[in-house]
Amino acid sequence: MTTMVNQLEYLKETASQTAGPYVHIGLAPKQAGFDIFENNFGSVLAGPRTKGERIRVEGRVFDGSGTPLRDVLIEIWQANAAGKYNHPADRQKKPIDKTFRGWGRGCSDFKTGIWAFDTIKPGSVMGRNNRPMAPHISFWIVARGINVGLSTRMYFSDEQVANGKDPVLNLIEWEVRRKTLIATREERKGQVVYRFDINIQGPDETVFFDI
Amino acid sequence: MKLPSQQYGEFYQRDRTIHPPAYAPAYKTSVLRSPQKSLISLQNSLSEVTGPVFGADELGPLDNDLIMNYAKTGLPVGERIVVHGHVLDENGHPVKNALVEVWQANAGGRYRHRNDTYIAPIDPNFGGCGRVLTDENGHYVYRTIKPGPYPWRNNVNDWRPAHVHYSISGSGWAQRLVTQMYFEGDPLIASCPILRTIPSEAAVRQLIAPLDRNAGIQLDSLAYRFDIVLRGSRATWFENAVQPDDPMQGE
Repeated sequence: MTTMVNQLEYLKETASQTAGPYVHIGLAPKQAGFDIFENNFGSVLAGPRTKGERIRVEGRVFDGSGTPLRDVLIEIWQANAAGKYNHPADRQKKPIDKTFRGWGRGCSDFKTGIWAFDTIKPGSVMGRNNRPMAPHISFWIVARGINVGLSTRMYFSDEQVANGKDPVLNLIEWEVRRKTLIATREERKGQVVYRFDINIQGPDETVFFDI
Repeated sequence: MKLPSQQYGEFYQRDRTIHPPAYAPAYKTSVLRSPQKSLISLQNSLSEVTGPVFGADELGPLDNDLIMNYAKTGLPVGERIVVHGHVLDENGHPVKNALVEVWQANAGGRYRHRNDTYIAPIDPNFGGCGRVLTDENGHYVYRTIKPGPYPWRNNVNDWRPAHVHYSISGSGWAQRLVTQMYFEGDPLIASCPILRTIPSEAAVRQLIAPLDRNAGIQLDSLAYRFDIVLRGSRATWFENAVQPDDPMQGE
């Protein structure tokens, strides 16, 4: 016989299900091939008046056979150039940039698998216990075959000192795996591009977080 | 009294036993698309407790009316239904201003998508997507056509039960969720390889919307009710939890 106690009345989180092959219909209808909403969410985060260094972040997501996912949908979330999130829970004494929500949604190209975001480089945000986090962008990845959205972070190759002290990168026990989160800075026709390829499986499997 | 985790506003640890595992071989596509190494557990920082905020002015007046938002020459074919429910957190508190986005096949089981080649026809008057923000009580509602089941290549002749895809963006990044809603009484539910990736029967049941006769529109539409639960946090128990001296935030 089990001991009877009062029941805790917490609800259970709704279970996740794959976004499926037709995720674009709901989240990016133009990509699905039709026009329905007046206002569409997209992959351009920075407006003409947004403060900060203009960057493009691009890459591909590879499956366990090394094939790029051509049906993946990615959302990113980041702080502004001053290292402040445009959200009421961020009480850091730093300025909000009203022109910058810090959120974007992009899809891989159906042929090449390449996705891209046009944004600004975020500033450093204070982490837990007063340890600053290196500039980073949070990623959320869904697609057919992904049962629960994958969470990861992208860091910047030109922030070596800050990356070396970052509390989250340092949490990754295997130093060799930390590099999977670091995007490589390139310049292409005067534009700064950070290349960030994500491997779902394999020897270079990207670090994914349970957040 | 102010406890450390209350100050952080962090979300409760996700209960992975109610979610499908990444690797679920009966759903074949998951085999090459599932991480093989363990997820690294991360205590929430500001990057996870914050998240995008959406405004009512970003949505159009027909965005939550799938019967009318793509009607060109007439009304879409199929059963007219209303779907409504609350978005709550694990504390049972409403999640206000959550962005709920839905997409689905038409009454014949065909998606308006360049990659869908199923024989059932496209409905010229049906787009198959909509979106709505929850109100002060966490309530949302939209109107649509009941989607049809359709076959897909997994085993050679698997069929998806009728379902509506959901994407929910709550108040924090760590609450982000995609899921699917099923309909009470659908005989295909029992054999759906995707629904069966979920290990918990209670969690499966939570995805099946009951017929809600009271919420229908007389002589017009039946209704289904689908409540959604996002992760909770101590911050929503204690409304004033986030203080300026919060150690998560620094100086």
